Amino acid sequence: MQQLVEDLLAGNRRAAARLISQVENDDPQKRELLKEIFPHTGRAYVIGVTGAPGSGKSSLVDCLLQQMRSESLKVGVIGVDPTSPFSGGAILGDRIRMQEHALDQDVFIRSMGTRGSLGGLARATREAIQVLDAFGKDIILVETVGVGQSEIDIVKTADSTMVVLTPAGGDSVQTIKAGIMEIADLFVVNKADLPGAERTTTEINLMLDMKEDNRWRPPVLCTVSVRGEGIETVWESLKEHRCFLEDSGRLMKIRRERVRRELTEQVEYLVKSRIWDRVKEQIEFDSLVEKIVLRRRDPYSAAYELLEKIAFYGEDDKEGG
Amino acid sequence: MEDRKIRVLVAKPGLDGHDRGVKVVARGLRDAGMEVIYTGLHQTPQQVAETALQEDVDVVGLSVLSGAHMTLVPKIKELLIENDLKDVLLLVGGIVPEDDAKKLMADGHADRIFTPGDSIDSITAYIFDWFKQKAES
Repeated sequence: MQQLVEDLLAGNRRAAARLISQVENDDPQKRELLKEIFPHTGRAYVIGVTGAPGSGKSSLVDCLLQQMRSESLKVGVIGVDPTSPFSGGAILGDRIRMQEHALDQDVFIRSMGTRGSLGGLARATREAIQVLDAFGKDIILVETVGVGQSEIDIVKTADSTMVVLTPAGGDSVQTIKAGIMEIADLFVVNKADLPGAERTTTEINLMLDMKEDNRWRPPVLCTVSVRGEGIETVWESLKEHRCFLEDSGRLMKIRRERVRRELTEQVEYLVKSRIWDRVKEQIEFDSLVEKIVLRRRDPYSAAYELLEKIAFYGEDDKEGG
Repeated sequence: MEDRKIRVLVAKPGLDGHDRGVKVVARGLRDAGMEVIYTGLHQTPQQVAETALQEDVDVVGLSVLSGAHMTLVPKIKELLIENDLKDVLLLVGGIVPEDDAKKLMADGHADRIFTPGDSIDSITAYIFDWFKQKAES
């Protein structure tokens, strides 16, 4: 394990790939691994790309890769696609649009299935970002699954979030709805050669006019990714947003919030798993289930009773908790 | 709790553009609960090997309908070994004459060749068996 982390820090691509698998598979050593690499993280800038299925997220990522590589930036890409809730399988197809960069040693692309997570990212996306960050990537592009209206986990994960839309995506009421429309630092109207691009742009701008806090007004940009049109402007705007975050002190604020959230989640996880281990140790657990099935007990008081017992147990236990 | 999924790269190396078969297989593997990475048409052996490395797959499935299997398959196997991926299961599907198939397997260039008439179930069963054996060894 130590060796794997060392290899990662030395720039070994296979080590990066294997470490991502381990965090993704919830390997028993996961926490230990993440602990090891944590001191080497915090340098990469994370850009989120989200939008409806087929809006052109992967193609835009491909175009952006080209821009970033022309400035010699090292880039990691995480492409998330949905896991089937029925079979647990997935088709991960984000790479199809990015194969031109497959042999570039300074680009690392990884596909992930959501594996039950509903917020538009995979369960282990954040951990995979940490791995690529420690791996030495300057920028990490995270492409979400094709989202509907409310899958906004990306905003908790990325420093800058880009929302990709296409022309004729509904009437003006769609643009004032809550959720995805509120998280953009940058709007991209892709496939702008199709009719309706101008109207879509106008409607987003109207919505933005109603926003009160306009210290950063998200630009609304048109692109045609298959022809590479408008990409430079998108890249420039992303850089401007980064400058804005850094100069205004907001980046620190966002990252502090993220740390707060992650620490909370870690504590919750530990509390939950420890309590749960105890609950399962209880012989009564299965018999309680039976009693509830037979309607002799109710789950509400039974849960309370179990917890009471565990709390009592904790007194003379080896490690507490 | 460990949550291991079998990851499979399905690729179309070389110049043939017939991708219906590979899509049917990809879908079949998905329905069997595997994570299937599909990279599209016209992949070079280098692209296949590099993608297998970055995606840390367990299995690489090559669809070759162009007749170039005797060139492409050994080349990809060689690059996988170079990438320290010799343990990856290498499967081939397509129009492969029996003699060629025997030779590819005998030379260790492919673990198994599936040809027209083989069912999706026989492919998934083969992968599951292999995976189980690997886990036990």
